[in-house]
Amino acid sequence: MAPHARSLKAVEVRRLTRRFGDVTILDDLDLDIAQGEFVALLGKSGSGKSTFLRALAGLDYEVDGTGSLRTPEKLSVVFQDARLLPWRSVIQNVTLGLGGAGREPGRKALEEVGLAGRETAWPIQLSGGEQQRVALARSLVREPALLLADEPFGALDALTRLKMHDLLRELCARHRPAVLLVTHDVDEAISLADRILVLDQGRLVEDLKVDIKGRRSHGDPRFGAIRSQLLSRLGVDVDDRSAA
Amino acid sequence: MTYVTSSHSGRLDVLDRERPASYAPPTSFRPPAFVENSPRRRRRLGPGPAIPFGLQIGPLALVLIWTAGSAFGLLDPRILPAPWAIVGTFGDLIADGRLQSNFLTSSVRALLGLGFGIVIGLLLAVISGLSRVGEAFIDGPIQIKRAVPTLAMIPLLMLWLGIGETMKVTIITLGVVVPIYMHTHNALRAIDERYVELAETLRMSQRDFLLQVVLPGAVPGFLLGLRFAVTLCWVSLVVVEQINATSGLGYMIELARTYGQTQIIIVGLVVYAVLGLASDGVVRLLERRLLSWRRTLAH
Ligand SMILES: Nc1ncnc2c1ncn2[C@@H]1O[C@H](COP(=O)(O)OP(=O)(O)OP(=O)(O)O)[C@@H](O)[C@H]1O
Ligand SMILES: [Mg+2]
Repeated sequence: MAPHARSLKAVEVRRLTRRFGDVTILDDLDLDIAQGEFVALLGKSGSGKSTFLRALAGLDYEVDGTGSLRTPEKLSVVFQDARLLPWRSVIQNVTLGLGGAGREPGRKALEEVGLAGRETAWPIQLSGGEQQRVALARSLVREPALLLADEPFGALDALTRLKMHDLLRELCARHRPAVLLVTHDVDEAISLADRILVLDQGRLVEDLKVDIKGRRSHGDPRFGAIRSQLLSRLGVDVDDRSAA
Repeated sequence: MTYVTSSHSGRLDVLDRERPASYAPPTSFRPPAFVENSPRRRRRLGPGPAIPFGLQIGPLALVLIWTAGSAFGLLDPRILPAPWAIVGTFGDLIADGRLQSNFLTSSVRALLGLGFGIVIGLLLAVISGLSRVGEAFIDGPIQIKRAVPTLAMIPLLMLWLGIGETMKVTIITLGVVVPIYMHTHNALRAIDERYVELAETLRMSQRDFLLQVVLPGAVPGFLLGLRFAVTLCWVSLVVVEQINATSGLGYMIELARTYGQTQIIIVGLVVYAVLGLASDGVVRLLERRLLSWRRTLAH
């Protein structure tokens, strides 16, 4: 994508407020995400990350709130569970709702996530990591301008998670959607995102660019510096945890 | 096939044990040394793998006991004639064509009732499962109908429809509608909220949502209803035929009772049993085909 296009906004959030009963979960939030920008959202459990993501995805019908949201028409969501329909084959899950025209792109998307040849398998025949890759393919085949992901790798083991990071990085480099990735994992955020937000008490209390060029290794001192900064924002006593 | 040398055994066995039984190739072969060398082999929870012809074993055992009882004179033939006597009567009934014609009449009634019942039950379930207005009109009456045993409605239906085929098929249909409706409706309403969300984020059309998410998701429920319905259609058949009929298996049995022909009664019962089992088998087969995406313990 041309450099000037990157300055265009994919997401514009103004004065977003969401509450459940008397409890205000999101309090007057503003946020812009540029096209093709990869943003990670951190926050304590219960801080409202999912609430925010669901607001962006337009899935919060019954929630009280005010504010304005602008998101692209082409928007995909990856959930924590792969959320495949068990009674549809892998390829049918990828092309759900696209009809016959989606078949060829669907096959390509499966190939991209390393699942070529598994088109006719049932979801139950795949491992957890493979199911999550199908979910990624299902999102990508729609060429989203914005990809929303709520702890998409939360249920995977550490090794599979690292492989999924590589895959996601590669896919994002190729398709360049804007991404909002909700995660608990500080290292995951640092190794994937261009920019990291921390949500606390209904507000974004941190907005930090990650300027590490090239491969991001955990040993890199800049990696360590960002991690300490984020951990202290999250209220974790950094000195007690030499290696997270 | 060669034996795996025991030097592998410990390690391989660990791998092998972690694999679900259903993944093992049918020709898999475990040399005895393998089992002995391994630490305690643990059984999978659940009923274990299917036994070949498992369903047939129980009935076969009953027939064997019956045969033995008759052969040793433990059973009074007036109460329960010997199996070979039954087979003889069976042959006679076929030879003079009575069994075939009664069987045909009964099957037509049962299958017509079943067919109408399935179509009506499904239609009502879909209407009431997919729209609140439909539910408001349909669900109540069905619940009331469910509270009234179909067989108790026979007198009324006889007044309305006479004692001909229409009345008989109607009674069977009414019986079948209820389980089909109940289970299908239930499944349509129990659709997982997560899939609804998914369909929304994928911007699926209403039509795709119904065809890809709601209806396929309700198939297991429908099949459960179908199993009840199939059994019920034969049960209702027996009753309508024994009350007021001039043909059919029930009539044949009723007539035999008047003349004290125990053999014929038993032939009739055996035919009912075979029909019931066969139709249940057909539904199971259908289940296996339609639900191949589901891996359950009862594999
Ligand atoms: N439907 C709801 N009704 C009432 N309260 C809710 C509802 N959904 C969420 N909440 C509350 O809103 C707060 C934020 O929830 P949310 O799921 O957004 O947190 P989160 O940051 O995603 O947490 P986690 O990291 O554990 O997933 C929580 O305190 C939760 O109890
Ligand atoms: Mg959450």
